[in-house]
Amino acid sequence: MTAPTALINVAEDSVTMFGRELMHTLRLFKLLFVGAILVPVVMLLLFDYILGGPIGAGLGGAGRAEPYIDFLVPGILMMTVAAGTAATAINVCTDMTGGIVERFRTMAVSRGALLFGHVGVSVLRTFVTAAAVIGVALLVGFRPKASAWDWMGVVGIVVAFSFALAWLSAALGMVAKSVAGANASTLPIQFLLPFLSSTFVPADSMPSGVRWFALHQPFTPVVESLRALLTGAPVRNSAYLALGWCAVIALLGYVWARVAFSRGTR
Amino acid sequence: MNALGQLDTRTAVAVTGLRKAYGEKVVLDGVDLSIGEGDVFALLGPNGAGKTTIVRILSTLIPADAGKVTVMGHDLRTNAGGIRAEIGVTGQFSAIDNLLTGEENLILMGRLLHVPAVERRTRAAQLLERFDLVEAASHVPATYSGGMKRRLDIAMTLMGRPRLIFLDEPTTGLDPRSRHTMWQLIRDLAAEGVTILLTTQYLEEADQLANRIAMLDRGRIVAEGTPEELKRRMPGAHIRLRFADAASLDAAARALGEGTRDDGDLVLRIPHEGGIQSLRKVLSRLGDDVAVEDLSIHTPDLDDVFFALTANPSKEQTR
Repeated sequence: MTAPTALINVAEDSVTMFGRELMHTLRLFKLLFVGAILVPVVMLLLFDYILGGPIGAGLGGAGRAEPYIDFLVPGILMMTVAAGTAATAINVCTDMTGGIVERFRTMAVSRGALLFGHVGVSVLRTFVTAAAVIGVALLVGFRPKASAWDWMGVVGIVVAFSFALAWLSAALGMVAKSVAGANASTLPIQFLLPFLSSTFVPADSMPSGVRWFALHQPFTPVVESLRALLTGAPVRNSAYLALGWCAVIALLGYVWARVAFSRGTR
Repeated sequence: MNALGQLDTRTAVAVTGLRKAYGEKVVLDGVDLSIGEGDVFALLGPNGAGKTTIVRILSTLIPADAGKVTVMGHDLRTNAGGIRAEIGVTGQFSAIDNLLTGEENLILMGRLLHVPAVERRTRAAQLLERFDLVEAASHVPATYSGGMKRRLDIAMTLMGRPRLIFLDEPTTGLDPRSRHTMWQLIRDLAAEGVTILLTTQYLEEADQLANRIAMLDRGRIVAEGTPEELKRRMPGAHIRLRFADAASLDAAARALGEGTRDDGDLVLRIPHEGGIQSLRKVLSRLGDDVAVEDLSIHTPDLDDVFFALTANPSKEQTR
């Protein structure tokens, strides 16, 4: 097979797998979307209405003028992207533990196509949930000061971050022994890393050890750049740092997932 | 087809010295196979004999440790892709997409096999018709019976019109009616000239479907040939007579003049050619005076065959 034909086959098979995964997503609509939208929305309401008063007051004391919700929503947006990892890991694991992947392996299907389909739909799914969460945030009083260019930057970072996490969660789903295990393996991404970043409070308000971690882990530059873009503040180099982290995570996840896939079954 | 004596020199599958071990456990211990194009070849053996491992290696799922494998003229080591393009595989466990309907499953296969769009639709419709899945076509497999799932599974395998298909225990777990339906489907495929390698635990199934049978035991082929050839090597059917005492056993042995006796169990085994006539002859020769406690007829089953073929390895070692 010549190189261009091979490339066309990869593209065709990836589109087929994308269509398949899209169909799965529509069939499992409630299961996949309710959790992915509900959790961030509950977090938003919880922190805005219940915890937001004292936190906001504390932040105000630190010299911030904007309402807490404007600080909070960029973090919630990032959590929405992180929440998307569960569905991806679960769907990949469901495929791997079922018989259908065995069938694909015995067919002349491009090796990467299945993963490309999963990752593509994962990004699309996250985009939809992120838009829905932003919609809810606007309803409860979020007032972004972003220009059209800033919004494009927000979309860019959301897509890059969801792409990176999609590869990572695809790898996690690939190596998980069970669907429950796949779900559990994404919990640190969904909750631990967001809490240990500047999602809810600025990193410099944290105890020193945690602060060091928060300042050096990938979620902080992502949330900082989203926050800067949405509040119209100067972005500085957090966006480059965020995109750099996204590239590293995506590459890591890609290699891990591909190796796990080609290592194959027992 | 072979059975019709047509010219058949092409080899669909050629395997020599195939070995596979998982750690200490040797699964395949030097397997040689040759399957001609158009053959229905049955790999017969108990659980753990290595049947599925052979299918998984031939269908490019797992690598072999040693040996040379050629499938449809492609070397497994250097051109697994070429093999994949020509085979169809239906494994032991359902390989269907449970979130897609029966028809969508077939269309998905058509896309992945790069069947043109129009042909995809017509081929899917034909297969649904042929496999009696028209009514189920728009439902997801969760609503299917075991037999329907298996039929959809095979229909998916056929979307690409493969010339060689592997069926790993195609009837395991099916009820008798579904099993007979499956047999008929396999016969129809064979009639179209498709080469079939199937694995089974059932002697009857191999006998019904295959024109060549290889018996696999603990990773080795212990016998290979046409069903007729193998049956000749099997221990014969026999009538088993059990008596209340040694005197009756003696009397019966004298009256019949043949058979093997087991004085410990007070049992006499008489060769049985089958049929009522043979049985009647034995009974009339016994007469009314010999008291028989129990009579049973034994036809050779897979257990007997395996016992016979593996009891004396030096004698049965083929090639």
